[in-house]
Amino acid sequence: MPMGLSNYRASLTRFQSFIALLILCIALSLLSNKFLTIENGWNVLRQISVNVCISVGMTLVVLTAGIDLSVGSILAFSGAVAAGLLKNGIPWPAHDLFIGFTLLGTIVAALIVGAALGFFNGWMITRFKVPPFVATLAMLTIARGLTMLSTKGYPISSLGSKFDFIGSGWLLGIPVLVWISAVTVILAVVLVRKTPLGRYIYAIGGNEQAARLSGIHINRVKIIVYTIGGILAAVGGIMVTSRLDSAQPNAGTNYELDSIAAVVIGGTSLSGGRGTIMGTVLGAIIIGVLNNGLVLLDVSPFWQQVIKGLVILLSVIVDKMNSQEA
Amino acid sequence: MLVAEKIGKRFTGVIALQDVSMQLRPGRVTAIIGENGAGKSTLMKILSGVYAEYEGRILLNGAEVRFANPKEAQEKGISIIHQELNLIPDLSITENIFLGRELTDRWGLLNKKAMRERTALLLQRLKLNVSADILVRDLKVGQQQVIEIAKALLLESQVIIMDEPTSAISEAEVEILFGIIEQLRAEGKIIAYISHKLDELFRIADDFVVLRDGQVTETGTMKGIDHDAIVRKMVGRDIARLEHNRAPADAAEDLLSVAALSWHAGNKQLLKNISFSLRRGEVLGIFGLMGAGRTELLECILGLHAGEHTGDMRLNGVSLDVRSPRDAIRAGLVLVPEDRKKDGLIPGLDVKTNISLSILRSLGRNGLLNNQAERSLAEHYKDSLRIKTPNLEQQVRHLSGGNQQKVILARCLATNPKVLMLDEPTRGIDVNAKNEIYKLILELAESGLGIIVVSSELPEILTVSDRILVLCEGKISGTFPRATAGEDDILKAAIPKTI
Ligand SMILES: Nc1ncnc2c1ncn2[C@@H]1O[C@H](COP(=O)(O)OP(=O)(O)OP(=O)(O)O)[C@@H](O)[C@H]1O
Ligand SMILES: [Mg+2]
Repeated sequence: MPMGLSNYRASLTRFQSFIALLILCIALSLLSNKFLTIENGWNVLRQISVNVCISVGMTLVVLTAGIDLSVGSILAFSGAVAAGLLKNGIPWPAHDLFIGFTLLGTIVAALIVGAALGFFNGWMITRFKVPPFVATLAMLTIARGLTMLSTKGYPISSLGSKFDFIGSGWLLGIPVLVWISAVTVILAVVLVRKTPLGRYIYAIGGNEQAARLSGIHINRVKIIVYTIGGILAAVGGIMVTSRLDSAQPNAGTNYELDSIAAVVIGGTSLSGGRGTIMGTVLGAIIIGVLNNGLVLLDVSPFWQQVIKGLVILLSVIVDKMNSQEA
Repeated sequence: MLVAEKIGKRFTGVIALQDVSMQLRPGRVTAIIGENGAGKSTLMKILSGVYAEYEGRILLNGAEVRFANPKEAQEKGISIIHQELNLIPDLSITENIFLGRELTDRWGLLNKKAMRERTALLLQRLKLNVSADILVRDLKVGQQQVIEIAKALLLESQVIIMDEPTSAISEAEVEILFGIIEQLRAEGKIIAYISHKLDELFRIADDFVVLRDGQVTETGTMKGIDHDAIVRKMVGRDIARLEHNRAPADAAEDLLSVAALSWHAGNKQLLKNISFSLRRGEVLGIFGLMGAGRTELLECILGLHAGEHTGDMRLNGVSLDVRSPRDAIRAGLVLVPEDRKKDGLIPGLDVKTNISLSILRSLGRNGLLNNQAERSLAEHYKDSLRIKTPNLEQQVRHLSGGNQQKVILARCLATNPKVLMLDEPTRGIDVNAKNEIYKLILELAESGLGIIVVSSELPEILTVSDRILVLCEGKISGTFPRATAGEDDILKAAIPKTI
């Protein structure tokens, strides 16, 4: 069976990012003897786990030719909800009552919050035809505002050792954070490659009108995709809150940019219809390794930003050159 | 004189052209003929600078030319009307026509007045009665095609390549185009003309070049050649013209009935009180001129404008509430749309996925895809419709136009419909494949489907239909059973009385 052109090209792109990552790692291990240690390896994986979760959701959204700018704020709000419920529950002063939350209840509540905000994004985009950029930009502000309201602008800290386990615990020799992101990635790969919904996502990004005429429920698919984006942002919120043992009102600021960067470096086209989950994961790893390496090498944070930007440009240029020659 | 010498072009997995040599002479129209996927468009794209990499060489008036891009080719006087529309919907007609070659005044600012005037002249020459400021988005496909033609005329090129310019326009516009081609020929221009409507070639072409599987098999002049000979040269064997004498289904069972369908959009009445019925096993042809409301009618039936129109639809006597194409497909109604690039294809996805898209869910198990079933479905249609593709993983945008159409047809058939609606089903499809599609339509009708065929080609309508409905300005202006349908009567019914 000859390999299809599209598969061939996709694997070529991925192969190139992989080589780039390898070169990056070799260079860093030559430059710093702290880089190539198991300790540091886990470190990098833990650091990128949040971005991986968010970026997976972002990939789905971008594949439909959309964008989600609100993930950072949703992350902050669901983290704040989790922390608030865990610490204070819901007080009901009128009846002198108080509803406490278990750990599981807290997590579920946070995920529901993320899902609801993501759903709201999808609803605005499909029902009122608000462009994704605008709808999620609005949500970026709304969810940040809600975070400030619910935390009153102060961190909510000391959340207990059980909750702490998510952010700093290990399971079977692997950090819990890494487990969470790995499971997320696996589920997303299955979704994208093995389910009709996955195909619909590509089809909508490829040609929405044709997808509609083929009988695909465009609005439903989009709402699901933005809802998943919201849920994964909430997952990120729980991870961040647990790792810091504190919900910060300004948590997740600019996370949408890192996740869009991961998606783009991973070869997903912002105009939709083309890209892969594993590409995004590679993109997130490249960003993570770069961050880590630059810190180890004591590069100033200002230069770090410049370099990250250049890497984004470079990866897109290489990707474009590939698709043109074929 | 434009000469191609030993041109070769390969894409990944496909040899599109091999050793192609031919010449286009000034003051003559050369027909490039061949089946779908023979390499006609590829050759024209090489001549006009779209593909910069190829083997062999091109000589223009004796000197070798090699274009890095279409702009360079245009500067050397070669322009092309592409098979697929290349217009920007949100720009006006003027802006589209002058795109990339805007006129400026001495301050370097856009000279809108001059551009608008020249556009108006062009539109007048092409007898397209619309304002130069109108957005291309608001034009019908046929009108958009006329704009493409205008783009090529603006340049006053010495070589004009037309890749299926008439596939989307109606008879009247074809006449206008032919008038212009004759004028260009008289001016000594070099013209290459591609069309799957063979009758046109006899009217307009002087010479011919036959391509088969990427190679030139014959060149010559059109004089003394007849329809069957052309077909033989193209296909490599005789094909019988389709004559069907199918007794129309007389089981009076109405499959689909439409009553008093009316649709206003804004203050424009697009459909007025349309009532008709379609019987099981019947092929209903709908004929009409551009803007008669044919496509709109099909779109309403498909639920694309749910809530905007009034009227009643029944399938098998049960009232239909179709609010989206999805509902329609579930109920058993499918449409092969008119504009395959815009409404039909997912260009970046492969052939397999484009075919299976509508029924993915039912192919799957436990909510997961069933790759095996999907592949055998695609394989089945690839064979039965003779879709020419190197493999099922080929991105559908790399297929030739005719093969793309077959992919969409396959997707529709895969849903196992009760009513199949085809909007210009053989646009851009070669004679051989056309015949196959007609045969297929009749077979499907035999098997009990109700089929609606919308076409602006009268011969096509007459070939396949059991009954013909003529639309004019959104109204039904005539119904003809096949037995009594005469071309003149049909045309008379199609032309608006009030002008
Ligand atoms: N960009 C591309 N990548 C891969 N294959 C291609 C590409 N463009 C064309 N082909 C293949 O090259 C062959 C010739 O295609 P071409 O479009 O020239 O056919 P054509 O004669 O114009 O057909 P039609 O009458 O259907 O328009 C086909 O097999 C087609 O699939
Ligand atoms: Mg072609």
